[in-house]
Amino acid sequence: MLNTLWLVPTFPLIGFLLLALAGGTFTRKAIAVITLTAMGLSLVCSLLVTVSFLHSGQTEFTQVLWTWMDVRGFDPAIGLHLDALSVIFMLVVTFVGFLIHLYSTEFMTEDPGYARFFAYMNLFVMSMLLLVLADNLVFLYLGWEGVGLCSYLLIGFWYQDSANGHAAQKAFIVTRVGDAAMAIGLFLLFTHFGTLHIQEILQLAPKRWETGSTAAITAALMLMIGAFGKSAQLPLQTWLPDAMAGPTPVSALIHAATMVTAGVYLIARTHVLFELAPSIQLVVAIVGAITLLVAGCSALVQRDIKRVLAYSTISQIGYMFLALGVGAWSAAVFHFMTHAFFKALLFLSAGAVIMAMSHEHDMFKMGGLYKKLPITFWTFLIGSASLAALPLVTAGFYSKDAILWNALILDSGSGWLWLAGILGAFITAVYSSRMVIVTFFGEQKKEIHQYPGLRIQTPLVILAVFSVIAGFLDMPHSLGGFAPFSGFLHTALPHAEERGSVGLEVLMQLIAAAVTFGGIYLAYVAYYKKPDMPQALMTYPLLNNVRNFWFHGWRFDDLYNAIFIQPFVCAARWNKQDAFDAIPQWITWVNYGLYWTLRQTQTGNIRWYASGVAVGAIILIALVVLL
Amino acid sequence: MNAVFYLSSILAVAATVMVITQLNAVHALLYLVVSLLSLAVVFFTLGAPFIAALEIIVYAGAIMVLFIFVIMMLNLGKESIGEEIHLLSGKMWIGPSLIAAILLIELTYIMALAPNQELGQTIVGPKEIGVALYGRYMLGVELASFLLLAGLVAAYHLGRKSQPSDEQQ
Amino acid sequence: MAQIPMEHGLLLAGILFVLGLTGVLVRRNIIFLLMSIEIMLNAAGLAFVVAGARWGEAGGQIMFLFILAITAAEVAVGLALVLAMFKKVKTLDTNVLNQLKG
Repeated sequence: MLNTLWLVPTFPLIGFLLLALAGGTFTRKAIAVITLTAMGLSLVCSLLVTVSFLHSGQTEFTQVLWTWMDVRGFDPAIGLHLDALSVIFMLVVTFVGFLIHLYSTEFMTEDPGYARFFAYMNLFVMSMLLLVLADNLVFLYLGWEGVGLCSYLLIGFWYQDSANGHAAQKAFIVTRVGDAAMAIGLFLLFTHFGTLHIQEILQLAPKRWETGSTAAITAALMLMIGAFGKSAQLPLQTWLPDAMAGPTPVSALIHAATMVTAGVYLIARTHVLFELAPSIQLVVAIVGAITLLVAGCSALVQRDIKRVLAYSTISQIGYMFLALGVGAWSAAVFHFMTHAFFKALLFLSAGAVIMAMSHEHDMFKMGGLYKKLPITFWTFLIGSASLAALPLVTAGFYSKDAILWNALILDSGSGWLWLAGILGAFITAVYSSRMVIVTFFGEQKKEIHQYPGLRIQTPLVILAVFSVIAGFLDMPHSLGGFAPFSGFLHTALPHAEERGSVGLEVLMQLIAAAVTFGGIYLAYVAYYKKPDMPQALMTYPLLNNVRNFWFHGWRFDDLYNAIFIQPFVCAARWNKQDAFDAIPQWITWVNYGLYWTLRQTQTGNIRWYASGVAVGAIILIALVVLL
Repeated sequence: MNAVFYLSSILAVAATVMVITQLNAVHALLYLVVSLLSLAVVFFTLGAPFIAALEIIVYAGAIMVLFIFVIMMLNLGKESIGEEIHLLSGKMWIGPSLIAAILLIELTYIMALAPNQELGQTIVGPKEIGVALYGRYMLGVELASFLLLAGLVAAYHLGRKSQPSDEQQ
Repeated sequence: MAQIPMEHGLLLAGILFVLGLTGVLVRRNIIFLLMSIEIMLNAAGLAFVVAGARWGEAGGQIMFLFILAITAAEVAVGLALVLAMFKKVKTLDTNVLNQLKG
């Protein structure tokens, strides 16, 4: 059954081709059937492949379909590689992807671009599967660019509004910075190893490079920048909040669950290179820690429910990078998985709420929805609880706890990183509770416009279940140490040596739980008991300024505008005539002069032409006679 | 025979001069016919009786008649002569005459370079021409027929009644 | 009886050709233009016949026949064009037809 691996990305590709080439001829029902069939078959295939992979006992499996190109020994293949890491990513992508497609078939019903939407979505799923299954970096880069393209297309899906187009361009251009760095990293790897086959590089790198050598650091640095761009980490995080301009299922699938975690996948996939460059790995951890705080603070003060979730996504990916940076590979991937479930759930629930409120994004204009939208409320509550890492019962608790614990006790970790993480956990608890309270409690400020149907509620319930039970796949030592997830993952990623005692672990978990409950209580007081308190605080100018600063994402947009965009625009304006054009301009002038001269001979008068012929004859004969 | 040659040569030149200076198209055409007839005599004296006959039949006969028809179809009245005077000012003669004179001088100079050549007195009749024409020059005959066919088609196309689609342009 | 020198025959052809050229260059009436072209073609034919007569060969006269064919085709198309032109611009002045001015 392992040989059916190639079918996993093929089904979404077929769906894309059908919808892109003939989408206009299908009815909406047929479009929904096509896209769901493609995604469903892909999911079934990936489940079958996973089951047989687990049964076979192999740690890795490679399926080379054909050689892509062969240029003097450089022969990247269209080849798929399966190991524990890609199995998890593949399962999450197909499973969450299928649920979001199911959700979208109802969510997008009214939209005129129904076929176009699902064509892009299927293309995205295919590209994402290529990204996680590719056995060489060139093929991976194809998927990497493919998801970037789909992200661009889907952010600008409602292109009639120019703001959406600008958001799409921003996302594309900012991630391009990272992609360019990644391409340079690939060139560097190729010049050193003569191949871009991932497994070969991972085996050759420790033999050729010493730990901390310049080449290893440069290569890791370039890959890191690429990962930062895709995963919206500092300083390339500015595109993600604007990316919320796309339809909500897109935000759920691309900008929360899958694509933005491609950076996590890339670093985990090339972990050997990062282990050879400890300084870069430390940078990854520090940037992750800073990002999770910066984005968390911004999430605290947003009014748009989707922007809260966007900043929260940046923050949660910051946790994953923190884990990657300290070498807790399986904790990072575990958090990726739980985050995919609960963040997709949150986005989809938010989408249901937004739809019910007739496209109102401001959560302060919602309120009191818990009775009107019970299922949406409960699923949103479960998602928020998981995001806030409510102890013991939610998946988010186990994954975040693993990261915090590893950040503290691993060699490369430190107390500062742990402190940043625990502070971030507090902020997370506050903003996720704030979101739930403001949206669902208090008085209702707006009438329900449309109730979610079955195809919207089913994915919500399934994802809610997974947001709870996914955590039990990886229990800490203090709670029995039942950890099949990390056991499975350690067949592909190195095992982090844990040294801490169980007692210390319990203590840390108690601290984390206390922090979470503290955050929830703070939000409860500030937004439920005394709803006037935030406004009262805003009367202090300092706090108001801080709030505005955070609201605008720490003014990164203004900063980039001042350092990059304005100088560029200025230079472009100065050089409107293009100074370098003046150099070859004389060719134009000579040409123009010749043209003008010769044009004078074209009088349009037949007698003039005849005279020309006669004079020419005279001159020719004269030449013959005289010479 | 020599006298006939020179006499008809002078006649041909004189008639040709009249052709290019006449104002009335029909008069010019008649002078052209005279010029062609005297050239036919020249051909005869040069020992080409068949060509002389063709000159009269095709040139002076068929082609000139075609010209006459066209001039009649254009239906040019007396005012066209006045118009012609207007078109033919004295100054316009200077440049072309100069060009023509230089060309003639050059041609004469080339002819003077060659040694004195006498023309043969043999008469080349229709029989030799026919044998050569349908022997060595067969391909040329085919090409000439193609050319005439093309001319026929083109003249028909140009002369047909204008179509409604042409009017729109 | 003294023979006619070849130069005299060629000179006659040259004079007629040059007269025809003068006509082409001077006349603005397109009918005269066509007639002048006839004169030039005829002069060229005369030159061929003279050259053929020098060697007593049929080739020169055959060339004249080909020129005759060309002339016939040219006149047929040319006169059709004259009619079309007259229909369009109501004049025979070639200076009017200068739309191709550069």
